[in-house]
This record gives sequence, C-alpha cells and structure tokens, in this order.
Amino acid sequence: MSIIQKIFLCFAALFLTTIKIMAQTTKPEMADQLHSNGKIYVVVAVVLTILAGLFFYLIKLDRKMRKFEKQQKP
Amino acid sequence: MKRNWWKIVCVFLLTGICTIGFIGQVPAKPILNETIRNLYFHVPMWFCMMIFFITSVVYAIKYLRNPKETYNLHSVEFANTGILFGMLGLITGMIWANYTWGAPWSNDPKQIGAAIALLIYLAYLVLRNSIENPEHKARIGAVYNIFAFALLFPTIWIIPRMVESLHPGGQGNPAFSAKDADVHMRMIFWLLAVPGWMLLGLWITNLHIRLFNVQKT
Repeated sequence: MSIIQKIFLCFAALFLTTIKIMAQTTKPEMADQLHSNGKIYVVVAVVLTILAGLFFYLIKLDRKMRKFEKQQKP
Repeated sequence: MKRNWWKIVCVFLLTGICTIGFIGQVPAKPILNETIRNLYFHVPMWFCMMIFFITSVVYAIKYLRNPKETYNLHSVEFANTGILFGMLGLITGMIWANYTWGAPWSNDPKQIGAAIALLIYLAYLVLRNSIENPEHKARIGAVYNIFAFALLFPTIWIIPRMVESLHPGGQGNPAFSAKDADVHMRMIFWLLAVPGWMLLGLWITNLHIRLFNVQKT
C-alpha cells in the first residue's frame, strides 16, 4: 500500500467516525410543549406564591425583632 | 428603610430567579435536558456555603486576635448558615443526580468530599455545644473553625478534581463546565442567582444574630 493510499484511508476513517458522531447528536428532548402551551406559568405561579409567603414571614419576623430592639434601647 | 435596602434587593433577585429560572431560554443538552435549570438553584447553594464559611473563618481569626463576643457570635452564625446551605446543596444534588446519574448516591468523589466537609463542620457545632465555659467554647471553637476551613480545600476543591468524577467540571472549574452553560445562563447565574441566594442567607444570619442579642439583654 502506498503512502498516499494510507493517508486516504486515514481520512476516510476519520470521515466515517464524524458521520457516526453526527448521527448520535440528535436534538436533546426538551419540555417544549410545557412552554408552548403556557402550563409552565402554573409552576412559576406556585413557586412565586411560596416565595411570597416565605418573604412575608421573614419580613414579619424582622419587624417583630426591631420592636424588641427598640424596647431595649429607649 | 435605608439600612434595609439589601433585603429589598434580595426579594427582587429571588423573585427574578424563580421566574426566569423556569421561563428563560436554556441550551438543549443531552442527559441534562430541562434539568439544566437547576444551575440557578443547586449550584448557588455551594457558592453561598463557601462565602459563609469564609466569613465565619474571618470572624474566628478576628476573635482570636481580639476576643470580642460579637466576633464569636458572627463566626458561629455564619457557620450555621453555611451548614444549612451546604445541606441544601447536598440534598438538591442528590435529587438532581437521581435523574442524571441514575442514582441519588453513587459514591462520586464530589459527593463524598462534600459530605466529609459538612460532617467536619457539624463536628464544629458538636464541639462548641460540649464545652460549658463560654470563653473556652468561643476560643476552642474559633481554633477548630480554622481547621475545618482548611479541610474544605482538600475535600471539595482539590481531591474531586484529581480523580474521575461524574460531576461536570471535574478537570477545571469545580462548579460547572464551560460546555454546559451558555453566556445567557451564566449572566443570570452571576447577576441574579448567586447574589439573591447569598442575600437570603445573610438575612437569616442577621436575624439569628439579632435574636441572640435581644435574648441576652
């Protein structure tokens, strides 16, 4: 086998492997339907409600603490 | 109101991240699929843990140089919040791993390292609570805090990078590899997620410190 033939075979092998890799990289499955039909907003609404509740609780605690601090330092 | 501007910033940032985190565009990746959104929730836990442990050790050193009670208090409370965030990071990591690696616990070097680091910090709390004399408690606690901090480096920064790991960024960045997050995600991560969660932790720590001060007097 001549050197040119060898080089050609190497390139052919490389080319074939790239084809195989390309065949494997189909688009990964994403929850596109959840986004397109708007149901994701239900999830967002739930999470934001929980977050609002948590913040309400934290702020209330903070205010209560400030009241105590003011009582101690007249 | 003037002193509390950062609490308002915290509310805005976390509201933002909980909205954009679900609605925003993310790159489609194999295996990860939609779970890549966890980057806004799971990864900041570790960043916050590290920030709080650094703050804690700084106050521990300050206490050893100048034994003021307030330094001791700050050191303990920041360590507490750091442990809370570390625990949340570990649990959320296990939930995520269950879907991407196939099992919640696969004895991955990153998981083991993080668990050891947290156990060392839990031992810090046990040690402190086992000492009666408040002065000894503060001093020994501060010294142990420095050791615990030093052990964070081999357990979560060095060893997991030296061995093969399922976790992304094993060879390089510890948190996430350049391939996974695009520029858009990174910007949201650094501008909203990390400061947002960090301020929440700061708020919790602030409440704890004030509670202690109110109880004391």
